[in-house]
Amino acid sequence: MTRPATKWSDVKVEQIIGVLLQAGLTLAATVVLGGGICYLFRHGSSHPDYRVFRGEPSDLRSVPGMLRGIAALRCRDLIQLGLVLLIATPVARVAFSVFAFAKERDYTYVVITLMVLAILIYSLAGGPSAGLH
Amino acid sequence: MNILEFTAVVYLISAVAGFLGSLTGLGGGVVITPALILLLGVDIRYAIGATLVSVIATSSGAAAAYVREGFSNIRIGMFLEIATTVGAVLGAALASKTPTAVLAVIFGLVLLYSAYQSTRPHPQPSSDARAERLASFLRMDSSYPTPEGPESYHVHRVKAGFSLMFGAGMLSGLLGIGSGALKVIAMDQVMRIPFKVSTTTSNFMIGVTAAASAGVYLSRGYIDPGLAMPVMLGVVTGSIAGARQLAEARTHRLRVTFALVVAALALEMIYSGLTGKI
Repeated sequence: MTRPATKWSDVKVEQIIGVLLQAGLTLAATVVLGGGICYLFRHGSSHPDYRVFRGEPSDLRSVPGMLRGIAALRCRDLIQLGLVLLIATPVARVAFSVFAFAKERDYTYVVITLMVLAILIYSLAGGPSAGLH
Repeated sequence: MNILEFTAVVYLISAVAGFLGSLTGLGGGVVITPALILLLGVDIRYAIGATLVSVIATSSGAAAAYVREGFSNIRIGMFLEIATTVGAVLGAALASKTPTAVLAVIFGLVLLYSAYQSTRPHPQPSSDARAERLASFLRMDSSYPTPEGPESYHVHRVKAGFSLMFGAGMLSGLLGIGSGALKVIAMDQVMRIPFKVSTTTSNFMIGVTAAASAGVYLSRGYIDPGLAMPVMLGVVTGSIAGARQLAEARTHRLRVTFALVVAALALEMIYSGLTGKI
């Protein structure tokens, strides 16, 4: 509780995490905004249809698909990539914490944080549904 | 309504929701999902996907400000995230197997509870100075800054808090919300963590929990870029404005008003679910 050296690096770690989250959010919002402007220019006058759930096409469900879509200049894929960057921000935060706890030699928390990171990576890989598609 | 108008309406709703959500501490997601469903006729699965993304945005934005002030406790947060992320992945997996009417009813009930919780006074900080073995082993006991210098605290009933967090994570994954209200209860009332520490740590955890279910939602095709874009940008704008306002605002009356709006939306969700309209 009163270990000054640890306390100091805890504060430092928290500051770096703050900057990391801010940067991730700004980057994601910029990409989403860019994709959004492009999407509204192209499709602004057509009609939205969200009443019936169909599920997104496969290119919008995975990062390689989005990259192919962006290469084909599809704006919706650019927005989706921005959203993935947003989802990746807390994941990057957890990944950084593994490193930070290792630096503090707090191995209990290195293990705890690695567990959280593993669950996140499992989910990003599609989670329990991955085999179904 | 064409896409341009639809996007503008969704953006405005989300900005107002984000603004009020950050002023009252309820989060914007709790109103956006029902508003999209009830006002704009969006399918509940698209609404949940879009809101989930905005939950991550608000969490990251707010956490970026909070962590630097030294209130949040990274160790408590990280340990409990094991429970919330496992819960979230399971909840997200369950969401696709749950009939939409059932989802709507559960959503309404959680909303009602969050509205009720948000109007209650904060619990007093614990005076019990005994340390718990597990909490000490996990080095959770810490201190937070006050005007009179750092104030230390002990963490209690870690196992009970952990189990509740699993439930909070599961609801978060099932409904695409942050379930901040439940997280704060687990930390405030069960683990007896000081209010400032529990709210900021909960906010910090919400982003990681939501990211755990977002992966599943994305690969299932629930996240539509055209809908999520104005929701995310609106919530971010609104919550930044809300956070700036927070210092001056007298929030009690606002909190009650917002809670009433949320309760009304909750009842409408439950009614629509029960009558099979969702």
